[in-house]
Amino acid sequence: MKTTKNKISDNPTEGIKISGAEAVIRCLLAEGVDLIYGYPGGAIMPIYDELYKFQDELQHVLTRHEQGATHAAQGFARTSGKVGVAMATSGPGATNLVTGIADAQIDSTPMVCITGQVASHLLGSDAFQETDIIGISTPVTKWNCQITKASEIPSVMAKAFYIARSGRPGPVLIDITKDAQFDTFYFSYEKCTGIRSYKPVPEIEPTSIIEAAEAINNAKKPFIIWGQGVILGNAEQEFKDFVEKSGIPAAWTILGLSALPTAHPLNVGMVGMHGNYGPNMLTNECDLLIAIGMRFDDRVTGDLNTYAKQAKVIHFEIDSAELNKNVEADIPVMGSCKDSLAAILSLIKNKNHEKWINRFDEYMKIEVEKVIDKDLNPTKEGLTMGEAIMAINKYTKGDAVIVTDVGQHQMVTCRYAEFVRSKSNVTSGGLGTMGFALPAAIGAKMGAPDREVVAVIGDGGYQMTIQELGTIFQTQTAVKIVVLNNDFLGMVRQWQQLFFEKRYASTEMVNPDFVAIAKGYYLDAKKVDKREDLDAAVAEMIASDKPYFLEICVEKEANVFPMIPTGASVSEIRLT
Amino acid sequence: MKNNNTYTISIYSENNVGLLNRISAIFLKRHINIESFSTSPSEIKNVFRFVIIVELEEEKVKKLIQQIEKQVDVIKAYYHTDEETIFQESALFKVQSRSLFEERHIQNVIKDSHANIVVVTPEFFVIEKTGFREETEKLRKDLAPFGLLQFVRSGRISVTKSKMGISDILNTFKKDN
Ligand SMILES: Cc1ncc(C[n+]2csc(CCOP(=O)(O)OP(=O)(O)O)c2C)c(N)n1
Repeated sequence: MKTTKNKISDNPTEGIKISGAEAVIRCLLAEGVDLIYGYPGGAIMPIYDELYKFQDELQHVLTRHEQGATHAAQGFARTSGKVGVAMATSGPGATNLVTGIADAQIDSTPMVCITGQVASHLLGSDAFQETDIIGISTPVTKWNCQITKASEIPSVMAKAFYIARSGRPGPVLIDITKDAQFDTFYFSYEKCTGIRSYKPVPEIEPTSIIEAAEAINNAKKPFIIWGQGVILGNAEQEFKDFVEKSGIPAAWTILGLSALPTAHPLNVGMVGMHGNYGPNMLTNECDLLIAIGMRFDDRVTGDLNTYAKQAKVIHFEIDSAELNKNVEADIPVMGSCKDSLAAILSLIKNKNHEKWINRFDEYMKIEVEKVIDKDLNPTKEGLTMGEAIMAINKYTKGDAVIVTDVGQHQMVTCRYAEFVRSKSNVTSGGLGTMGFALPAAIGAKMGAPDREVVAVIGDGGYQMTIQELGTIFQTQTAVKIVVLNNDFLGMVRQWQQLFFEKRYASTEMVNPDFVAIAKGYYLDAKKVDKREDLDAAVAEMIASDKPYFLEICVEKEANVFPMIPTGASVSEIRLT
Repeated sequence: MKNNNTYTISIYSENNVGLLNRISAIFLKRHINIESFSTSPSEIKNVFRFVIIVELEEEKVKKLIQQIEKQVDVIKAYYHTDEETIFQESALFKVQSRSLFEERHIQNVIKDSHANIVVVTPEFFVIEKTGFREETEKLRKDLAPFGLLQFVRSGRISVTKSKMGISDILNTFKKDN
């Protein structure tokens, strides 16, 4: 694809005027962007025209829906650590971005969205495809801005990238009127290094480090819960050193998964609604709760009035607005956890909390007996989701990027998937966006082209963005797509069974021939429904170096346990 | 028992179109009523000031402030109790000019309330009164019998007794960069 001919971006722009549209491309290149996702339309055509000229330097992936463009940009950001970029036209193009933007906002994913807008003289006239995307996106963006003059493009774009990636990352939307894309001006670009009203990373208070270290050294039953902050802060090594030196058992939130290898002896599992038994129960028994880069989401805490009331709480946090939002911190440690964990390391004692860790093992024994054994070594005929994940573990050796959608398969995958490397779990956590996984997998693979990427999706969520099979085919992105088909909107059905006396209102799915659909997009595709065929099918899929679709038919009415019913305490976690 | 109190939220921000929307979205998302709202330039060039009045528990105000400060274009946000601020509201009253000449009593009402007459035309005259809510309210009640053609009251504006230190914040930024 890349040719030896001169890059267009090498042509000097000094002394000549360039269009706003060209400026947008040059800004992207200056920010190191070489891949964007999007969908064209009237109000953004000048920029697409420039994309055509710059196609050797900036790859544009045409998704099949603008929502897909945002999720792909998110997937890209999550595996590459870079800012994802999505582009769309005005009106419906822009509104189709909103779900992905909201998802990126709540999961702190760095993303820049660029939308075209009607010409500035038409603003407010209800012109064709005019929509107030600034107004619509305000509550779900970290920052947004409308550009009506070409000359504003460089400084606003520079700000956009700086804001998206700094501090607690998030999505930014830039809306550019069509006349600003056409207008010409003298271009120059300067990266943004600071904004006077914005302090992305709070300064570490040295006393907070000393206090936290003291509490850690004195604790008898300390417990760590870490979240995505460890990954976003590139603090995996500092975190691991901290865990190992302190000898403290550590559990993850769903977005923190993969920051510490699953097999690490101090990794005790997942907290939250479908988390592990021990971590949830012992949250209400620890004497010190050390929260690192996590935000005490209600799916993690359950009822706040009965959450860790006995424990002193240390909160390592970069976003001041998270402090005391849900759980009062006795010792807040504000700052980037990469720095604060590094700073605290020399102050903490080498310890081994063997007796306390045994408690987690005891709970794990019960969970294995009551839940895990049934999931992984079923005696019934039907395949379980757990078995499917174990087969994926086996053939990827736990070294794949696993992308999940939302529902039972997501919880089962996150419970059983094995990880040896960080930035390997891509899922829609905070928003719980069905339809996330297929497009996110495209971005995840492009963000980490050397890695195996396996998307595990429910039959419901798969059909929300199934059209992205077209993108996969066109770009030949070698993602492995696994649909765990239970012919139900499984997670909702589970709630109906447990809390609505099995009234299965609109959760049964009459599904199409998924293999035929995949084949319609010229993808290799297979279906398995028997235990004896599972391993071979997964092995074949993983061995393929092309995109591959595998439908695994699983038990229809299986439930995910353990489970903390909504509003209940973490200690009321149910095993059946 | 949780007690609602009146709090004055002061926000210093960059003058950016769209920030208004962003700020009000924070209240909307949490279903919090805004009692009054005003915006104006501040003592610092190119820095704007919002004054927002809410009736809330202190816990919730603290969290609001955190969310407001989180916005990129917000330089700093504070909250204060009534005791910590000096605050006033302005009200304008439009009354038929006939009353001024025919009803002698109205002149006493105006004098006693320390209100000012801003304009007099053959048809109407306009009274301005700046003060506490109770004062403008009392004047409204007293003028009502004379036929109020229009009444309007501004949002509360306030300054704090303590220092705000916005210039210091901005200077630190300059030094760091
Ligand atoms: C866009 C969207 N709509 C609705 C929901 C509510 N919801 C959560 S899980 C779920 C069922 C998912 O079913 P499926 O994709 O088949 O996965 P399963 O639970 O069976 O693994 C639904 C409808 C959602 N999370 N997202």
